[in-house]
Amino acid sequence: MLTASSLTVSRGERVLFRDLSFSLASGEALALTGANGAGKTSLLRTLAGFIRPDAGAVAFAAVEPAEARANHIHWLGHLDGLKGTRPARDELAFQAKWLGAEADGIAAAIDVLALEPLLALEVRKLSAGQRRRLAFARLIAAPRPLWLLDEPFAPLDARWRAALGLLMQAHLDKGGAILAAVHDPLPVATRALDIGAGR
Amino acid sequence: MILFRRELALAWSGGGGPLLACGFFLCLTALIPLAAGGDPAGLRPIAGGIAWLALALSSILSLERLFERDLEDGALDLIALGPVPLELVVLVKAKAQWLAVGVPLALTAPVAAITLGLPPTLAPLVALSSLIGALGFALTGALGAALALGSKRGGLLIAVVVLPLFIPPVVFGAGALERAVSGLDPVPALAFLTAYVLFAAVVTPFAGAAAVRNAQG
Repeated sequence: MLTASSLTVSRGERVLFRDLSFSLASGEALALTGANGAGKTSLLRTLAGFIRPDAGAVAFAAVEPAEARANHIHWLGHLDGLKGTRPARDELAFQAKWLGAEADGIAAAIDVLALEPLLALEVRKLSAGQRRRLAFARLIAAPRPLWLLDEPFAPLDARWRAALGLLMQAHLDKGGAILAAVHDPLPVATRALDIGAGR
Repeated sequence: MILFRRELALAWSGGGGPLLACGFFLCLTALIPLAAGGDPAGLRPIAGGIAWLALALSSILSLERLFERDLEDGALDLIALGPVPLELVVLVKAKAQWLAVGVPLALTAPVAAITLGLPPTLAPLVALSSLIGALGFALTGALGAALALGSKRGGLLIAVVVLPLFIPPVVFGAGALERAVSGLDPVPALAFLTAYVLFAAVVTPFAGAAAVRNAQG
């Protein structure tokens, strides 16, 4: 699904990683580990096309990078893109539809993430964990094969970590792929990619 | 289009940006006669110019919201992964800015211009030229907002980047009013104004999208 070959990425003067190559097949989850500052987020942003690598390339199976970015990638970073002043219902509808969800997909996501009681609230009134569930809903609502996640579980309690683990497993079973930057192990079977100690 | 509706909702939510801009516009046009000594006869020849200057300044107010908020909260990353190219996103945002802020300002402009001493018969011309000009302000303003992304003093930087770009529409727009006041045909000046808008509509999407990509990297 995704092949990174000889990636070199630097931020300012500092080279984060050099000649990094790996691939990710469908049905596979890859846990990206490394110390704070090692470049996990930068690697994810490079794969999503936000950062241009100094050298190397990212290729997607069967599609051009531009097409992959427009229709195949889900991105969930530290920042969820939700607007605090808008009702959760409107923000979910915008995010999910923008990424290609249909109405029944959104309804299913609301159902499976138990978001119904939160929908009328403004986003800023949600707790961090509730907000993360709301952001996660777009991944369920809009079917896109490649999930790039940056610390997806940080604000969640044990119950919801387990629940999202099941959703991730279901995504993998359908042939999707997940690349997640994590400190704790993912609740699904994973390969690990460690990109070093940072500085 | 879903992004367009969201932009309009965001412009109106949280503080009523358009109303603030209109209030700022009216305050400016009310202050200038006081500062200039309050002689209506002396003010009348430059009324059109003052109205246009105030329109340009008021158009800058809410530009910072256009891209900076979306960059700060991660929404710009999400938008970049949608099916629509960034060039079109920039254009849609500029158009929403025009409809949310520019159009209310343009409809306030005749009131301000008449207060400044412009003949009331020119009100339709003021409204029309302001509508066209406000679209130009929104387009070049969006470019300025994209260029200023990620800088610490974004709001101030936008004003410094954008004000020089606002010179042509102010000259053409005020020129149209001046020609009409002196009994000449205002259409040539309006044509120049429209040409400026078309030029901005071509340049802004590409330059703006490049600036947004640069800020994301």
